[in-house]
Amino acid sequence: MAKLVAVTLALITIASAVPILAHIWVPPADISTHGHLIDEQMSDTMAEAGICFIAAQLILAAFIWMFSNRKPGDKIKNFPGGAKGLVTAAFLLVGTEVLALGFFGTRAWADVFLTPASANSMPVQVQAGQFAFYFRYPGPDGKFGPIHPDKINEASQNIFGLDVDNDPDSKDDIVTAEMGVPMNKEIHLLMHAKDVGHSFYVRELRMQQDFVPGLDLSLHFTATKVGRYEIVCTQLCGLGHYNMKAYLNVMSQPDYDDWLKKQASMQ
Amino acid sequence: MTKPNRHKAIAIASAALLLTLVVTMSQRRVKAAPPESGISGTIKLEGTAPHQRPIDMSKEPACAAVHKANPVTTENVVAGPDGGLKNVVVYISEGWSGAAQATTAIPTWDQKGCQYIPHVMGLDVNQHFKVTNSDPTSHNIHPMPKPGGPNHEWNKSQPSGAPPIDAVWGTEEVAIHVKCNIHPWMSGYMVVVKGPYGISDEKGSYKIENLPAGNYTLTAWQETYGTQTQKVTVAAGKPVSANFTFKAK
Repeated sequence: MAKLVAVTLALITIASAVPILAHIWVPPADISTHGHLIDEQMSDTMAEAGICFIAAQLILAAFIWMFSNRKPGDKIKNFPGGAKGLVTAAFLLVGTEVLALGFFGTRAWADVFLTPASANSMPVQVQAGQFAFYFRYPGPDGKFGPIHPDKINEASQNIFGLDVDNDPDSKDDIVTAEMGVPMNKEIHLLMHAKDVGHSFYVRELRMQQDFVPGLDLSLHFTATKVGRYEIVCTQLCGLGHYNMKAYLNVMSQPDYDDWLKKQASMQ
Repeated sequence: MTKPNRHKAIAIASAALLLTLVVTMSQRRVKAAPPESGISGTIKLEGTAPHQRPIDMSKEPACAAVHKANPVTTENVVAGPDGGLKNVVVYISEGWSGAAQATTAIPTWDQKGCQYIPHVMGLDVNQHFKVTNSDPTSHNIHPMPKPGGPNHEWNKSQPSGAPPIDAVWGTEEVAIHVKCNIHPWMSGYMVVVKGPYGISDEKGSYKIENLPAGNYTLTAWQETYGTQTQKVTVAAGKPVSANFTFKAK
């Protein structure tokens, strides 16, 4: 019976490793300059955790197999130092592993989240609200006009609460429902929430950042591949959360210029 | 019951049935005849209508595809080329002594192409209406009557293919704003009044029919410009004209 348990354990372990080793499920292709760091970190973590998992399970199976029919009088070997020694050793081993993963992981993460955007990055503002994202481009003057929350009116499509008549900076601001960006240009995304917590997540960019009401947060990234990608809200924000999405449209520079011109004509 | 008696009963019953039929039919004929009196007129906009922003529905690809050729705009002020103002509700705010119109019609508030059709709907107090979803996507219907008033706010989801929602407003209210939280650009109004009303068409024309003679105060409501009133006297058999002009702000 014990031998059957050992064999089953070994089989389950091997079977669960097959789909991962066979790359049956792979994340969508990365379209950013920093994404490879995240991907490498993910596969490093997967490899390390996977090797530890397989080793632990196979050793467990081997032990069950080897010591299943112990005869009365057989000597029991103890871990040096007993339970205390065992726990200390495990603590040190697992602790080192977690710290090492954290240390190397932070390098990938910090490269994205803790560095400032470069000076020639292009600012785009995003406002998350129940249940849609809207984007704002500063227009030719390069300045965002001030936001007046009391002027927000969705029925007249004044999404950001701009006072075009009185704020000169707002006059040329371009508000869109889709996020158009030129390829290979660093984007500085300025994020704020209109109501509750939301999240900005683009799988292909390997980026995810929460919106926190009352906080102005920002992200920066460079998209390297033309295409249309989904921006989804990954923070449960209410009834319509499941349908809170927008599209990131990465275009070549001339296409982007045309797109922005068209958007400006629609204001 | 004896045989002759039964015949008699049948004869009386048939006569009664026939009489009822004749009476109802003749009444219907009276109603179908041209109205004794009515008010009609045109709503005009003075000045240039404010710019109506095109709506980008890219968030909902199914709806964006519907409007690909003709992008829709906001509908806060819908004015025709000759200044006729659409979606203005003209109703009797004073002088109506009758009850709410006893109508059995059940109007439909449809959600189609991520828009409300109609954009402005008139309703009698206690008149049932149904909310339908013609889109391949989910909507939520969120009418927002004045807080603390007798009509209560509600918010219901309606997935694609779901059965119509039956609803009713018990008290007059001009006007109840309706929105969809999933598609923030969706906006419409329900105008709940007691008595007859008219809604202006693309040319700005409206008509209120079947009005008994009397002195009335007419109110015209427009979602951006608010209300205007004027007094009219309706004499039996004489249609009255009443025009309104809103100034573009």
